[in-house]
Amino acid sequence: MAKSKSAYSVPGKIGKIERHIIVVWVDNEAGVLARIAGLFSGRGYNIESLAVAEVDKKKHISRITIVTEGTPQVIEQINLQLKKLVPVHKVADFKRGEKDILFRELALFKILGNSKKIEKVKKICKKFNPVILDKTNKSVVIQVTALRADIDKLALDLKSLGLISTSRTGAVAMTKGPKIFN
Amino acid sequence: MPNLLSGAEIVFKALEDQKVEYIFGYPGGAVLPIYDELKNHKSIKHILARHEQGAGHSAEGYARSSGKPGVLLVTSGPGATNAVTALTDAYMDSVPLVCISGQVPTHLIGTDAFQECDTTGITRPCTKHNWLVKNVNDLSRVLHLAFEVATTGRPGPVLVDIPKDIQFKKGKYKFFKNTLKKKLNGKVTRKISNSELDKFIELIKKSSKPIFYTGGGVINSGPEASKYLRELVSLTGFPITSTLQGLGAYPGDDPQFLGMLGMHGTYEANNAMHDCDLMINIGARFDDRITGKVDEFSPGSKKIHVDIDPSSIGKNIKVDLAIVSDVTDLLKSLIKRFKEKNKNFASSNKQKTSKWWEQIAKWRDKKSLNFINSNKVIKPQHAVQRLYELTKNQDTFITTEVGQHQMWAAQHYKFNKPNRWMTSGGLGTMGYGLPAAIGVQIANPEKLVIDIAGEASVLMTMQEMSTAVQYRLPIKIFILNNEYMGMVRQWQELLHEKNYSESYTAALPDFVKLAESYGCVGIRAKTPNELDEKIKEMINIDKPVIFDCVVDKAENCFPMIPSGKPHNQMILGPEEEEEISDEGKILV
Repeated sequence: MAKSKSAYSVPGKIGKIERHIIVVWVDNEAGVLARIAGLFSGRGYNIESLAVAEVDKKKHISRITIVTEGTPQVIEQINLQLKKLVPVHKVADFKRGEKDILFRELALFKILGNSKKIEKVKKICKKFNPVILDKTNKSVVIQVTALRADIDKLALDLKSLGLISTSRTGAVAMTKGPKIFN
Repeated sequence: MPNLLSGAEIVFKALEDQKVEYIFGYPGGAVLPIYDELKNHKSIKHILARHEQGAGHSAEGYARSSGKPGVLLVTSGPGATNAVTALTDAYMDSVPLVCISGQVPTHLIGTDAFQECDTTGITRPCTKHNWLVKNVNDLSRVLHLAFEVATTGRPGPVLVDIPKDIQFKKGKYKFFKNTLKKKLNGKVTRKISNSELDKFIELIKKSSKPIFYTGGGVINSGPEASKYLRELVSLTGFPITSTLQGLGAYPGDDPQFLGMLGMHGTYEANNAMHDCDLMINIGARFDDRITGKVDEFSPGSKKIHVDIDPSSIGKNIKVDLAIVSDVTDLLKSLIKRFKEKNKNFASSNKQKTSKWWEQIAKWRDKKSLNFINSNKVIKPQHAVQRLYELTKNQDTFITTEVGQHQMWAAQHYKFNKPNRWMTSGGLGTMGYGLPAAIGVQIANPEKLVIDIAGEASVLMTMQEMSTAVQYRLPIKIFILNNEYMGMVRQWQELLHEKNYSESYTAALPDFVKLAESYGCVGIRAKTPNELDEKIKEMINIDKPVIFDCVVDKAENCFPMIPSGKPHNQMILGPEEEEEISDEGKILV
């Protein structure tokens, strides 16, 4: 924050928009998600995707992963405002593209078609850890895990192969190596 | 088997352990068990408001003038929604409030029951935190945590929603202390490092055009902060300006004080902010009424920002040195460190800042708060000046409503002590001053409490006069009556080609008769000649008074920074009014 040259606030629109992944550890109590979501909507921040689940059954801690976009000032405000919330324990913030962070999204695709088509589908999905969850002679439900952009592309490619339903999660994140978020 | 208490008993036990003396409230179906329990707790007095918003502002006035949290008790549904304005006001101005609301019984929640509303949902964005208590055994922990959240870090309102069946249910009580797992907003946890202090001192020593810019954080930090601030300002010999909320932290009549800054601040304060080479912000938040056009805000200065709330720093204005701290803690260690090596700084540094002070003297010569007085009609500024002169020798507490009168009060009433000035700054709530005065008078029973009001604002919560009369609170409602929503009218004159759309109030009540019907005293002053006598009469009445001060209807509040303009382009008076650009109009 303490830049050497004294500056003054640049108009928000001119600031460079960055995509960040913000991980928040919260007490898993009633209304906690509304508090987080309300903070974003109330202050005009953007949520691109959101993934929440309890990760510590004993202490009732949930881990929320939020993908958001904003200028560096907005991202800083998001971090500081999140830290002020009473049920929030800690907040970690990563720029999209940082090297030592892993991101994954999961998607389920339902595809209609004969076995020939389905073979084609499997081939297209090969790179993204496909798992066949359900199969009939007319349809298949296939699970893939990948990055957001890959899933976007996959969904597009599968359209002509009989994709009729898509269900996706938000991104989850984890650091590489022995380090953990702090 | 430990002693089990009902939820209602637990509420009072917790209030007693928090040393609460007054609660402001209004009963209703969903809080009746708590009201039923009131009789058994003689150390807690309930002040019955006439509207939950009034109760909320009274609790705010109590909190701001006493330094203790205000406690508010309301029923479910409309009781809670009526309290929302006061909660939001307290949130914006960092006032510690604990609001306890009744809720429909747990089995009816979500069924659209009678007087049900989603209270925690509605108040989530206007409280620091809120709780819906669904288990009576959580109640004492939640209540004590509520007090802790409200009063630590940057203070603010909290709400505890208690369903009616929980108020009846028996449960365990325990006094929880310091239950917050983390200290909110960094208070206490962070020790200020010497390197930060040295950097601070270095900037002070390098500066030849410095200014202190102080705000409500100094007041919120407690009376000690004001003491230290005065010491630091005198140690450095630097000029100081204050935000609306910070008035009183530094004596208003001191020669180093440049007056309030901002949209209706003085010419010298705003120009000094614009031209300075070092800005020392202590407990202020670079609000848009202060900065004006952000791009052109004090372009040549290094900026230091001391704030207890990390999210206030860098939100609107980038700074060079950011210190997250309570003001008292920071000032105490800064002064100590500063004194170690800079014994006679103010005198040895005089040379360095002499040109700066000369420049400030030139700005001061503009006498930007001057106005053309009249001997026929009372000028509102004159009325505030007379009120100040006639009350300055006693410890006087001033509240205000919102609008022109508020700005005139801030400009012309000079405060010497903290916690003497209660005004709605962040939210700008018309109707704040009268109920706030009630709370102030309760916290300060023997003191003179005056609400400098506008006739439009005060009508919004006028019903609270009945509360003042019931509890024999001799508050003085000093109405600068110009029959207009003055600030709205002023903007319409300057920005909307004098199209005074809906800003004139026809059919105003006769305030003297209104006072009488409430059982208090009404006084009217119509001419400058009678003003002093009437003000003295008001001060000497040991009863609530409504003072109808009939003032010039067309007076505008100057100086002002037109919206969209930087600090060094103020309009000083009517002769300088100019067309404001379309861009500026949007920024209002």
